[in-house]
Amino acid sequence: MSILVNKDTRLLVQGFTGKEGTFHSEQMIEYGTPLIGGVTPGKGGQTHLGKPVFNTVREAVEEAEANTSVIFVPPAFAADAILEAANAGIQVIVCITEGIPARDMVEVYHYVKSVDSTLIGPNCPGVITPGEAKVGIMPGMIFSSGPVGVVSRSGTLTYEAVDQLTRHGLGQSTAVGIGGDPIIGSRFIDILRMFEADDETESVVLIGEIGGTAEEEAAGYIKDEMGKPVFAFIAGRTAPPGRRMGHAGAIISGGKGTAEDKFSALEDAGATIILNPAAIGKSVADHAGV
Amino acid sequence: MKVHEYQGKEILERYGVAVQPGKVAYTVEEAVAAAQDLGTESGEDLFVVKAQIHAGGRGKGGGVKLAEGIDAVRDRAADILGMMLKTHQTGPEGQKVRAVLIAEAVDIQNEYYVGITLDRQKNMPVIMVSTEGGVEIETVAEKTPDKILKCWINPLIGLQGFQLRELVFGLGFTGDAFKKTLRFISALYQAYTQSDCSLAEINPLVLTEQGDVVAIDAKINLDDNALFRHPDLAELRDTDEEDPLEVEADSYGLNYVKLDGNVGCMVNGAGLAMATMDIIKIAGGDPANFLDVGGGASAETVEAGFRIILKDPNVKALLVNIFGGIVRCDRVATGIVQAAHNVEINMPLIVRLQGTNAEEGVAILNESGLDILTAVLFQEAADKVTQALGAT
Repeated sequence: MSILVNKDTRLLVQGFTGKEGTFHSEQMIEYGTPLIGGVTPGKGGQTHLGKPVFNTVREAVEEAEANTSVIFVPPAFAADAILEAANAGIQVIVCITEGIPARDMVEVYHYVKSVDSTLIGPNCPGVITPGEAKVGIMPGMIFSSGPVGVVSRSGTLTYEAVDQLTRHGLGQSTAVGIGGDPIIGSRFIDILRMFEADDETESVVLIGEIGGTAEEEAAGYIKDEMGKPVFAFIAGRTAPPGRRMGHAGAIISGGKGTAEDKFSALEDAGATIILNPAAIGKSVADHAGV
Repeated sequence: MKVHEYQGKEILERYGVAVQPGKVAYTVEEAVAAAQDLGTESGEDLFVVKAQIHAGGRGKGGGVKLAEGIDAVRDRAADILGMMLKTHQTGPEGQKVRAVLIAEAVDIQNEYYVGITLDRQKNMPVIMVSTEGGVEIETVAEKTPDKILKCWINPLIGLQGFQLRELVFGLGFTGDAFKKTLRFISALYQAYTQSDCSLAEINPLVLTEQGDVVAIDAKINLDDNALFRHPDLAELRDTDEEDPLEVEADSYGLNYVKLDGNVGCMVNGAGLAMATMDIIKIAGGDPANFLDVGGGASAETVEAGFRIILKDPNVKALLVNIFGGIVRCDRVATGIVQAAHNVEINMPLIVRLQGTNAEEGVAILNESGLDILTAVLFQEAADKVTQALGAT
């Protein structure tokens, strides 16, 4: 077991033949991900990287039984790509694209919910179940298979956390980058629910950051319903209010969204708080007695 | 992206939102001409001269003045244009005023608040209204939260008539003013969505003695991610309102935010950049900036990053933190060496490389002949920052 993606994933790449899509598709194939093909409108019938290209997601679902999609489509067209995947019955949609307008994502969010698809991202590194499927842009070699679930709003900070875990002999069940935008398809609470229900996941590392209240919402769930231990780091304790820290969603506004508030909500919920970002691996290892 | 009040009002007028008549002026002469034009149209002789800067709290800082008659407009405009306006949002040195809005004064019967923004928790826009106009909405939310009415707009069905009625009846409007306010909020919502705003705030919205409903102030923030489909709105950017180093960084595609600490940092990825700022603090320093060099981290971007960070005189040490994933550390190291040769760095430089080809990268740095403190683990980098600060 694991969550979201595994060896039974049948992955479709939207924006398959573009520069980004091509590069990362090669990497995903090399990792051993079950990649069945891709979509580029107008290039249907061609073969790319030894895999079929389809004109539409619907064709890929009907002809190649795609059940998961990863999106490398430019911001102006990304909302349409997500909607197309959801409409064609794709169950897990991972959108890597950064820079999608919030208005588009508001509409997409509610439509995707209405058809019971799961959207991860946008503006995220993707999802990986080590040894089974890499659906995204993360460097595969730092991951190892094991009992720790990882969920994060960041990209390279996720790699940092995973690298520390792997160095301490702690493998990962699945690592999910949920994305740095204000409107994302799945939030901490959604992923925590999946990890709680997953037999292979024994503990969870949560990497949050300033802005919004998703960490506080997660704390409520951890307190009331979660049995597995949670280890939490929040980036941006030194960030000033009112300034956007790179990610569209990383901003303290109206006094809300500070790292202090998030740390204290998570601590109050019984999560183990990690204040030093260099001590993420060690903290989990100490707890696990590794 | 923030825009000025006068620009925000121009955007709103395109959607039929009723705003207080006014004209922007960049010189005293233009201000006088603006007042004469407005006076001729309305027959009124009372004006408001409003400093146009992005920061809030302009009134309290002395940037908004009433002026009776053309001579008074001339005097007030002369006072305000060119002043360094200090408000709670500008920082201690203030912001130079380069434009004023000359507006007709209105006879106020009642003041209200109307704001539309994105509710990140509910994933949809929220319209907030209050009878407590002219007061900061955060203050109202804290002290008298029951005086704020909210209504969330499901994007799949849009703003409905009953929602508007609930809001406007909730504000206590009746009769003609009810109809005008209903139209006002409906038009404001159109402006908010069609222009891809992240905030459209009218504070105060005023019911005049004559029974009109008009926006006296307008705070419009635009979604940066949506500017590609609004080239006209993208042109409203005023770089005079931004930190010059941030503007320069932006021209290189670097995401830089100036802070007031003593350790400069350059990192790939926003989350890791924030974590690096945090670890600088733990190491005994204070971060001088946020800087995300993005995925590429080429010699050109690293060099631009060095130059920008080093323009800040408070910086005493420099930490580069790269987690190589797709980008290989040996390539990054070559870029750093090249950049360090081109830029004079007279302070401790700590470079931490981790991930793909990290060892090769560190070897390149160590063999470069440059005075670079290298690290592989995140904690090692933090320890070297502590050492470097202790030595200076």
